[in-house]
Amino acid sequence: MPTGAIEIEKLSKEYPFGFLHLKRKKSLEDLTMRVEDGEVFGFLGPNGAGKSTTIKLLMRLIFPSSGTARILGKSIDDVSMHASIGYLPEQPYFYDYLTAYELLDYFARFHGLSPNDRRARVQAMLKKVGLDTAKKIQLRKYSKGMLQRVGLAQAILHDPQVVVLDEPMSGLDPLGRREVRDIILELKRQGRTVLFSTHVLSDAEMLCDRVGVIVGGKLRGIGAPDELVDIKAHGMEILFEMGGEPGNSALLAKATRTGNRYRVQLPEEELYAALEALKASGARILSVAQIKPTLEEYFMHLVEADRAQANAVDVSGK
Amino acid sequence: MRNIRAVAANTFREAVRDRVLYNLVFFALLMMGAAILVGDISIGIEQDVIVSLGLSAISVVGIFIALFLGVALVSKEMDKRTLYALLAKPVNRWEFLLGKFFGLVMTLTVNTAAMAAGLYAALWTVKHHLVRGDAYILVAVYLILLKLALIVALSLLFSCFTTPFLAILFTAGMYVAGLFAADLRTVQGVGIDPASLRVMRGISYVLPNFQNFDVMGAVVHGRGVSGGFVGQATFYAVLYIAIVLAGAAVVFSRRNLK
Repeated sequence: MPTGAIEIEKLSKEYPFGFLHLKRKKSLEDLTMRVEDGEVFGFLGPNGAGKSTTIKLLMRLIFPSSGTARILGKSIDDVSMHASIGYLPEQPYFYDYLTAYELLDYFARFHGLSPNDRRARVQAMLKKVGLDTAKKIQLRKYSKGMLQRVGLAQAILHDPQVVVLDEPMSGLDPLGRREVRDIILELKRQGRTVLFSTHVLSDAEMLCDRVGVIVGGKLRGIGAPDELVDIKAHGMEILFEMGGEPGNSALLAKATRTGNRYRVQLPEEELYAALEALKASGARILSVAQIKPTLEEYFMHLVEADRAQANAVDVSGK
Repeated sequence: MRNIRAVAANTFREAVRDRVLYNLVFFALLMMGAAILVGDISIGIEQDVIVSLGLSAISVVGIFIALFLGVALVSKEMDKRTLYALLAKPVNRWEFLLGKFFGLVMTLTVNTAAMAAGLYAALWTVKHHLVRGDAYILVAVYLILLKLALIVALSLLFSCFTTPFLAILFTAGMYVAGLFAADLRTVQGVGIDPASLRVMRGISYVLPNFQNFDVMGAVVHGRGVSGGFVGQATFYAVLYIAIVLAGAAVVFSRRNLK
C-alpha cells in the first residue's frame, strides 16, 4: 500500500483547565485521515473546531495526548521531516525588526542553502509574492496582507514537498486571495501536496481535490467536495421573461419576480409540464438549472447538528 | 551548529536593533561625571573610586540586561508567536535555546567590553597613565561576564516553564540567594540542630555561588587575582550553565506552545 503524504492515526489532544488544571477539555478527538501525495486537501471547520490544533500537532508545536502522525513516511517526532515541509502559521507574526529579505534569508539558513542559493531563492520568492519592491522595509511597517505574503514566501522558500497552510487567505484583499489561490494551484501543478485550513468554503470548492470537515474536534466528513454534498439534485430552477401583463397561473404565483424576469423552483417531475405551460403563455425561457446543495449547506448542516447535540447533552446534564 | 549560529546571530541583531546597547550612553555619562567629580574632590583615591564605580555599573547594568532580556528570549517569541514558523524548520528546540543563549551572551560581551573600555578611558582621564596592575580590571570584567552568562541561563530555564513575571522573580531570587551560598555553607549557629545545618549545607551546594565571581574588592585595591581562581570560576560557571541549559532544554522540548 503506498504511503500518503500525510497520515494521521487516532490523534487526540486534551487541554487541562480550571483551578489546579484538574479538568480536561478535548480539542481533538481520535482524528484519523490521510492526505494523498500531490493532493490539495482542504481542512474545513468553524472557529475552534480543531483545525489549527491538528496543524500545530503536525508541526510539533504542541504534543498529542494520544495517537500518531507521519509526514512523507517520517514520524512527526523526527525533526528532519521539516526539511521537506513548508508551514504558514495562522495570522503569522514575524520578527518585526527584520526586513522581508532578512527574514527569508534567516529562515533559508536552516535549510543549509549556500549564500548564492539563498540570495537567488529569496529574490525569487519575494518576486513571486509581490514584495520585491518592499523587501528593504522592516516588517513592523507591513500591513496584515503583506505579512501573510511574507509568511507564504517563507513556507515555500525551500521548495518543500508538502505545504501546510493555516488559514492562508486570512486578512487578504480579493487580489491577494487570488494570488494565494494561484500559488496553491501552481504547487499542485508541480506535484506538491497542499493541506490548508479555511472557513471560506468557496476557496475549498475551487481548489481542493478533497476536503475534510471537522466540527467540535471530530472529523465529520471527508471526500471530494461534490461527493460530500450529494450529487443528486434537490429540484429544478427555471428563469424566464414575460412580455406584457402576466396572467394568473399557479406557476407565476410561486415565482419570484425581478423586473420582467421570474425565477421559479419546482420538483424535477413537474419540469416538463411547467415548460409547456410557460411556452403556451408566451414566456421566454432564459435558463433551466439543477438545484444542488452547496458545500456551505453541507457544512452548516454539520455545524448545526453538532450544536444540537451539544445542547442536548447540556440539557440532559442539567 | 549551523542552526545555533543562525539563531544566535539573529538574537544579537534583535538586541542591537531594539537599542539595547543604548545603555552604553548612560554608562559613558556616569563615567565622565565620575571622572570630573573625582578629579575635584578626592585625593589619592581616584583609582579606587573610578574602578569600584565602573565595575559596579558594569555588573548592575549587565544583571538588568541578563535578567530582563534573558527571560524575554523565549517568552517573547512564544507570546508573539514568532517561534511557530521557526520551529517548523529543521531546527531542534534545544538548538533554538542554545542559539538564544549564545546570542544574548554575545550581546552582553559586546556591551561589557565597551563599558570596560569606558572604564579604562575614565581611569586614564584621572590618572593620565595606566600601570600593569590595572590589567586585573579585565579579570574582574571577565568574571562579571561569567556571572551574567549564568544569570541568562537561569532566566532561560525559568522562562521555559513559567510566566515572565515569575521567571524574573525566581531568577532574581536565585541571584540574591546565590550571593550568600558560601555563607550558608559555613553557618555555625547556636540552637540550630544538625539536621537543619545539613539541609542548609545541601542547599548551599545546589545554589549558584555568585561569590565565586566577585573579585571587585581585590581589584579595586590593586591586588592580583590568581590564575587558579579564574580557572576554577570558569570551570564552575561552564558546568553550572551546562546543567541549567540541559534542564531548560528538557522542559522546553515538551512545552506546548499556545
